[in-house]
Amino acid sequence: MSAAVPPLLRLSRIAKSFGAVRALKGVSLDLQAGEVHALLGENGAGKSTLIKVITGAHQPDGGLIELAGGRVERLSPSAAHRLGIACIYQQPALFPDLTVAENIGLRLERAPTLSRVNWVGRRARATELLRRIGAAVSPDAEVRSLSMPEQQLVEIACALGAGARIVIMDEPTASLTQKEQHLLFAVVRDLRASGVGVIYISHRLEEIFALADRVTVLRDGESVGTSAVGDINEAGLIRLMVGREVTSLYPPRAGAPGGVVLALRGVGCAASGVHGVSLEVRAGEVVGLAGLVGAGRTELARVLFGLTPAGAGEILLNGERVTIRSPREAVARGIAYVPEDRRRHGVILEMPVAHNLTMAVHDRLFPGAWLRFGAERQLAEGYIHDLAVKCAGPEAPAGSLSGGNQQKVALARWLATKPRLLILDEPTQGVDVGAKSEIHKLIRRLAQEGLAVLMISSDLPEVLGMGDRIGVMRGGTLVAMLPGGSDAHTVMAAALGQNEKGAAA
Amino acid sequence: MKRHFRELSVAAALAVMLLAMALWAPKFFDAQPLLTRLTSQVAPTLVVACGMTLVIIARQIDISVGSQFAICGVCGGLLLNHGAPVAVAVPVAILLGALLGAFNGVLVAGLGLPSIVVTLATMVTWREALRWQRSGVFVDIGPAQWFGLGQTAGQWTILVGALVLMVALARAMKHLAAGRFFYAVGTDAEAARLAGIHPKGVTFAAFVILGALTGLAAMLAAVQSPQVDPGAGGGLELRTIAAVVVGGVSISGGRGNLWGVLAGLLLLSSINPALTYMGVEAYWEKAIQGTIILLAVVADGWRARNQNH
Repeated sequence: MSAAVPPLLRLSRIAKSFGAVRALKGVSLDLQAGEVHALLGENGAGKSTLIKVITGAHQPDGGLIELAGGRVERLSPSAAHRLGIACIYQQPALFPDLTVAENIGLRLERAPTLSRVNWVGRRARATELLRRIGAAVSPDAEVRSLSMPEQQLVEIACALGAGARIVIMDEPTASLTQKEQHLLFAVVRDLRASGVGVIYISHRLEEIFALADRVTVLRDGESVGTSAVGDINEAGLIRLMVGREVTSLYPPRAGAPGGVVLALRGVGCAASGVHGVSLEVRAGEVVGLAGLVGAGRTELARVLFGLTPAGAGEILLNGERVTIRSPREAVARGIAYVPEDRRRHGVILEMPVAHNLTMAVHDRLFPGAWLRFGAERQLAEGYIHDLAVKCAGPEAPAGSLSGGNQQKVALARWLATKPRLLILDEPTQGVDVGAKSEIHKLIRRLAQEGLAVLMISSDLPEVLGMGDRIGVMRGGTLVAMLPGGSDAHTVMAAALGQNEKGAAA
Repeated sequence: MKRHFRELSVAAALAVMLLAMALWAPKFFDAQPLLTRLTSQVAPTLVVACGMTLVIIARQIDISVGSQFAICGVCGGLLLNHGAPVAVAVPVAILLGALLGAFNGVLVAGLGLPSIVVTLATMVTWREALRWQRSGVFVDIGPAQWFGLGQTAGQWTILVGALVLMVALARAMKHLAAGRFFYAVGTDAEAARLAGIHPKGVTFAAFVILGALTGLAAMLAAVQSPQVDPGAGGGLELRTIAAVVVGGVSISGGRGNLWGVLAGLLLLSSINPALTYMGVEAYWEKAIQGTIILLAVVADGWRARNQNH
């Protein structure tokens, strides 16, 4: 672009690691004044980390940040605020019991702690800011009474009031209705017209084409391309997002699957937004479940495990119609669920490995409810050996194990229940590469031994490499069931809803 | 060794204290006063503390035990007063305690209300209801005193009974699958639920068991004098919670055992007689108890911090 006017913000080769995980490997991006710059990428591509670097929450390990041509050395949240960088998150961070004017005042006023509040001035400023963005929100309304988009408008008003020249919007439309989206778009266009640079993050391609001037695609922590939206189409964007090959690191697929273990017919649960899901999982088969964050995959797993029981449709296990109202019933019917976020709920970190392993099989292992430590130890040692869990022994607290080994313990707990259907939710999240491939081999082996596996993963290569068939979810329902070996492009297109849109148009 | 360091350190503190008594105030160990102290002060508190341990391990708390204790004692006493045999009065008091515990349990586990607030409300409500009902009048239990066994035999029965109960419960918590559920729910209720445990049921059970044990403790205390005081059990919640915490049970749930609680209770309840026999003013008792509780909490906080790093 113009060489004369330096961009508002320029990032060059930004890198950031968390321990062994390289979240950002080299991101370069520039934002001009009066530009809406969209940022696009799969789950885990590094978007959130990048935002945190720009807002000063994370210090980058490498690379250069320049603001209006000047190099910025140490960006702290308060420095970012002072320099005119504001971020509007999906969930507005406002005080629900205070009024709009009070919220704006708290953000913007820097009066001494014990000085009197200038109520008239505070209200006048709030009114003025709200008027500038054309928001029909009363400054005297309690934030609790506002809708989500109205709260976002208040956030934008705060950003403007703070003199923000760079506004970052993180999936602002995720929870908005169509009409609310249009209102928000109008505000974004106004911001652009007044010379503000907007970084706009969204999964919705149609929004990017409707709103953005340029788009940068992140993949695996790197910026892989920047383009004016006029110069690229949806297919091109998707190619950039997924553009890598599925390597042959994954274990080979098994032979023909056996009988149908799980069949869903129009299953839904109003409370968790899952609706109309129909699918089958056969013995010996790994069905991968792809989709973006919030597409309803974990919610579906929770329905199947009885955590949020299904309100509609039929669930058939081995051809028999069942209702599953609690995890206990699910376990009794041979369903096992290894939840995501292992550090929180997959294992109990303070308890020994052995106790964690027998947690779900007390009834079977200890008839009469009297614990037999010999049997417990034997079972624990069996699984520690079988799954090659690296730990000091059955008595070691689960918290002392590495992430991959904790995941194996969580898995072993459920294998001990001798399930027929194994639901895995992000089985390799936060697990290092070596342990990851071990877990993949293990999953394949379990399938070969006759287990039906439903594997949720946001790691697209993992879904493609492991899935004998691949279900894609979007907006709470299954939108596609693709054969194994489908290419990343097709899966991503379905997850983004491109097919649907094409059909509608 | 390392796993039970916390319990062992309380036991060591108790041992040091008893050794000091043996050296400088051997009258501390005079048989009859010692037995009386153990039966009148330690045994009923130990029984309540057993239930409180379960509740605290399940990451809850019950401060209404003192009021439950008074109600159960008075009701059991009234039954004895009207000629009912001990074999009826004691089970009725236990059942009543279980019902009072179930009331707390329904509110805490069923409705998900915070236990400190629920039991604060029931503590005040039961206590005032009893005051209104009895106007402070004692209940005569006459010949039922010491279960009709005579003082020495009655004292041994109460003491040995309380200890047997504690040991049985300690074994159950270690060896029953159900015992482990309390630890699991207290450590991470959501993880426990995902593992097929029913956290609400476990929480409810903890309150019911505490209530039942409080009913039993009330009767163990009631039979030690010819009359039942409707104001009994005042401060019982503080004594039991202090013993439980000093005994190494984590106030944030999931850790501890009854052997530590026994040591903690013995340590705290020895201070008053120790001071008396040493000729120190008994005013110091509360200050020393408070210091011990603080030490225990600081030790736990320190341990938790080291674990997180």
